[in-house]
Amino acid sequence: MTNTPALEVNHLTKKIKGKQIIKDVSFTLYPGEVFGFLGPNGAGKTTTIRMIVGLISPTSGTIKIGGRNVRTEFTAAMKHLGCIVENPELYPYLTGWENLDHFARMDSSIPKDRLAEVITLVGLSNRIHDRVSTYSLGMRQRLGIAQALLGKPKVLILDEPTNGLDPAGIREMREFIRQLAADENLSVLVSSHLLSEIQLMCDRVAIISKGSVIRTDSVDNLLAEQERVIWKAEPAHLAKQLLQEETVVTEGPDNTLITLYNEPLLPEWNKKLVMAGVKVKEMRTQLPSLEDLFLEVTGGETID
Amino acid sequence: MINLVRNEMLKLLRKKRLYVIVLIIAFLVPLFTYAQFKQIQEQREKMGTQDWRTVLQQEITDTQNRLSSSRLQDEWRKYLKIRLSQQQYYLENDIDPNTPGAPTFMRVFVENSIDLLLPLLVMVIVADLVSSEASGGTIKLLLTRPVKRWRILLSKYVAMLLSVSFIVLSVAFLSYAISGLVFGYGGWSMPLLTGFSVSGDELVTDFVHIIPQWQYILMEFGLVWYVCVIVGTLTFMLSVLLRSTAAVMGIMLAALIAGAILINMVSSWESAKYFFMVNLQLTNYISGMATPIQGMTLGFSMTVLAVWGLAGFIISFVTFSKRDIY
Repeated sequence: MTNTPALEVNHLTKKIKGKQIIKDVSFTLYPGEVFGFLGPNGAGKTTTIRMIVGLISPTSGTIKIGGRNVRTEFTAAMKHLGCIVENPELYPYLTGWENLDHFARMDSSIPKDRLAEVITLVGLSNRIHDRVSTYSLGMRQRLGIAQALLGKPKVLILDEPTNGLDPAGIREMREFIRQLAADENLSVLVSSHLLSEIQLMCDRVAIISKGSVIRTDSVDNLLAEQERVIWKAEPAHLAKQLLQEETVVTEGPDNTLITLYNEPLLPEWNKKLVMAGVKVKEMRTQLPSLEDLFLEVTGGETID
Repeated sequence: MINLVRNEMLKLLRKKRLYVIVLIIAFLVPLFTYAQFKQIQEQREKMGTQDWRTVLQQEITDTQNRLSSSRLQDEWRKYLKIRLSQQQYYLENDIDPNTPGAPTFMRVFVENSIDLLLPLLVMVIVADLVSSEASGGTIKLLLTRPVKRWRILLSKYVAMLLSVSFIVLSVAFLSYAISGLVFGYGGWSMPLLTGFSVSGDELVTDFVHIIPQWQYILMEFGLVWYVCVIVGTLTFMLSVLLRSTAAVMGIMLAALIAGAILINMVSSWESAKYFFMVNLQLTNYISGMATPIQGMTLGFSMTVLAVWGLAGFIISFVTFSKRDIY
């Protein structure tokens, strides 16, 4: 992973009719990573994405795609970008091929044979000459990705890419995105309100709520930080008393005790319990789901 | 740029709107041809068995008699002379002025469709040029390409100009081809009077002269094209401003029909002459019909239309390149 960022968002704000919709959002995407943009509906995900792709002009802040400023070097910046904003809305009265050809004609740097390449990549060869109005949602989604990949972008932005797909489709999409990031060294920005999806798909994640980014970190770090140890020991009250001398303890269900995970100290705590005659029956670590984390970070704001 | 225009034309063609327009014209022209045919038949019946040459000869004698009167004003005398030479031309070249050929039908047809029918056809094509991209969501894909926004809008504008030209040409072609089946295809060189103007309550005939019909038709089609481009530009502006194609059509339809009604009742409301929709009947200036409001001339109407068109053009481009797209 090189360290020149593919996408830089700096202190982005957007005011609409005096109301601050986006408050000082900053994040960076590096080549080859899948970045999750997570937040409840109405948190400002789509507005931020629309600013990145140049559909909405930000009130302040800068966006750079491949080092080019979206405001001042629009065409140069857009050459590095492929995107689907919300639904992949293509021309229903044209065939898949005509749609791609239409978008390819808008960028003279796209060679003719690129069309066949992206069609094979998304696996749409069989139906490409049918009209888009006859396509299923999954096929439209793939055609949408095909058009996004036409210009060999450095950054791919997918707004809710699995919206409306069936479970098999979601899985396929996930694998496809991971593969793109790995094989083509693409940076992918994926927005979603589905936590499980982000958790499975992304390397890093930004949690956005009410227009500002609350946390940005790798998924592993975020989860590890919240990793817990669940103790089952007898007598429970003695174990609790001893552990409380060392760390914060909460009581879990079935007479269990829950402490934070702290790798270097864990054997010490265990030793202390054993020395004091407490029978440690079970000791296991547990990763919280991103969902628990999200609820904790956003203070219980609702999420679907 | 050519590629962008090609894209727009492809979309226009695949939406099949242009076919519908051609079909509408191809359906209306026979209808009017038949109406005109009936009218001529009725006229012939009135004349009875009399030969049209005899009637025309009588008219010429009439004019000559009036010319010999000494009390005649100079301008009027000039007009009558021109009229006389027109009538003589008809007789010499064996043209029955009451049996029109296809060119005459073409001329009458555009004169009558310039203020409502043609603007409506233009509107049907142009109304969804931009608004359909907004309501269909495809504008998001269109505007995230490495192409500046004004170029995309300009390609759409050029597509609008091309389709307006196509409509005007197909009206010309279809009205000629279809009516010719009934009236014959001749009559291009038939002389017609033009150059009338109205000053105060009087018809000024100072500048009246004869031009061949083909030249007359060419002038009229030029004006028709101009009117259609302006109506197209205004529809284009609405299409940029509004997401809903139905709203675009509704507003434009209301404006055009209001214009048709206003023309009949604004003679005393002078400032109404600055509305674009009362200035659409440009061909009337050529044939010398009375203007709806005093003081309107061909130059005035064309200027008013140009100002409206230019305003529409500027508003379209400014809003389109600045607007946030949600």
